[in-house]
Amino acid sequence: MARIVSLSDAVAELVRDGDSVALEGFTHLIPFAAGHEVLRQGRRELELIRMTPDILYDQMIGMGAARRLVFSYGGNPGVGSLYRFRDALENGWPNTLEIEEHSHAGMANRYTAGASDLPCALLRGYAGTDLVAHTEVRFVACPFTGERLAAVAALRPDVAIVHAQEADREGNVQLWGIPGVQKEAVLAAKRSLVTVERSVERLEARPGSIVIPGWAIDLVAEAPGGSWPSYSQGLTRRDNDFYRSWAEISSDRDRFRAWMDEHVLAAAAAP
Amino acid sequence: MTNATSDEVQTVVAARRLASTRTVFIGVGRPSTAAILSRIVNNPKLVLIYESGTIGAKPARVPLSIGDGELAETADAVVGVAEMFNYWICAGRVDVAFLGAAQLDRFANLNTTVIGDYEHPSVRLPGAGGAPEIAANCGEVVIVAQHTPRTLVERLDFLTTVGHGDGPGARARLGLRGKGPTAVITDLGVLEPGPDGAELMLTQVHEGVSVDRVREATGWPLAVADELRVTEPPSAHEVAALQALLAR
Repeated sequence: MARIVSLSDAVAELVRDGDSVALEGFTHLIPFAAGHEVLRQGRRELELIRMTPDILYDQMIGMGAARRLVFSYGGNPGVGSLYRFRDALENGWPNTLEIEEHSHAGMANRYTAGASDLPCALLRGYAGTDLVAHTEVRFVACPFTGERLAAVAALRPDVAIVHAQEADREGNVQLWGIPGVQKEAVLAAKRSLVTVERSVERLEARPGSIVIPGWAIDLVAEAPGGSWPSYSQGLTRRDNDFYRSWAEISSDRDRFRAWMDEHVLAAAAAP
Repeated sequence: MTNATSDEVQTVVAARRLASTRTVFIGVGRPSTAAILSRIVNNPKLVLIYESGTIGAKPARVPLSIGDGELAETADAVVGVAEMFNYWICAGRVDVAFLGAAQLDRFANLNTTVIGDYEHPSVRLPGAGGAPEIAANCGEVVIVAQHTPRTLVERLDFLTTVGHGDGPGARARLGLRGKGPTAVITDLGVLEPGPDGAELMLTQVHEGVSVDRVREATGWPLAVADELRVTEPPSAHEVAALQALLAR
């Protein structure tokens, strides 16, 4: 049964310097509030794992919290570049950032293997690409048909953090809308935190929703609005204007740092 | 005769390409605009599939991201990313993939990873995303790109996504099951694989565009089809629908 604690206590308990941390959410339900709390608590040397390191990881990379990034698409969707991500890889600012990059299919299968407690996953992918020379992928023959398939290693993050719409008193979590790889990330990780928009007495079934039983989650914390500028389907809307404005905020190192100081570091965590 | 811009012509030509398609996988940006336009002007039953997991999305506006809420709200089905790639894309269930690219070469291989050296990039691009497996496994691939020598290059800085590899027979040797790129639609015209089924050839120019201009905008010596088509100009209906869509 998940324990329900405050966001600051949850992050303090689960995230340590040097950990591999997956904050997931595929354009939807991105756990911004939790990521910001990780920054406020000054965690460093993290291996950040995420299929789509968008604004949240741009912020964490730009603040120097990461030593390594495992990812498959580092862009601001529909807008363009992630300038802090680019500055780290092109200029080593504020520190050099080691990377391991995959395709989406590869990353999704790595999470699935982790959630299944398998050592690897097989897929039809990577063949003929330059990724093969720059990342961890092997090719194996299917033992039944002989078909040549790509094998990717399971992801087993130290910590997974995801955001969801609601949890009940037992810490059972329900999320709906675009489900991404949140369930896989939680089940693949050694420790897990789910932040939620709201607590409810009991979950009411919704079409297409995903329920993660509380006993499969370590901690649940309330973080209303905690996916902004991403969104929580049915409760908050994606702030596309902010996604557009991030290009301006983040393209300059000083302007970025000033924005983070004012809006993230000086802000209080949710109680 | 309409006074469509070259961008509008490109989007309309891309939309026409989908007139008889059942299912299309859509990358963000102009491919998305073209596919939504197709649903409005020529193929209302077209099934739009976004890698965020939305199958059969019916957006009324062009979404900023591939994960905007409207896509999930209007979809026939919403699935997780692992299911999207394993059950739908890699299983070969999608007819056409519409992709963009920062760089492409004469065999329609794509680079979305880096400009310059991988270890010390001059420009770090977003990376692969879903493109390698989408292009490997969808029935065919249509690329929508700006026609400049910086985009259509002699040699890619990084091969992110295989089109026709190193030439004829490459896809079969690599075990890639889809047909691969069947068209590159640019703001100047349309390139399609030539007689060898692999190297791109100019097969169509938009109205008022000369072959010389296309050649100058292409980073390799571009082959030109003997019977070069000229794009039928966008109709007033197509332009009006596109402008209304972009104004929403």
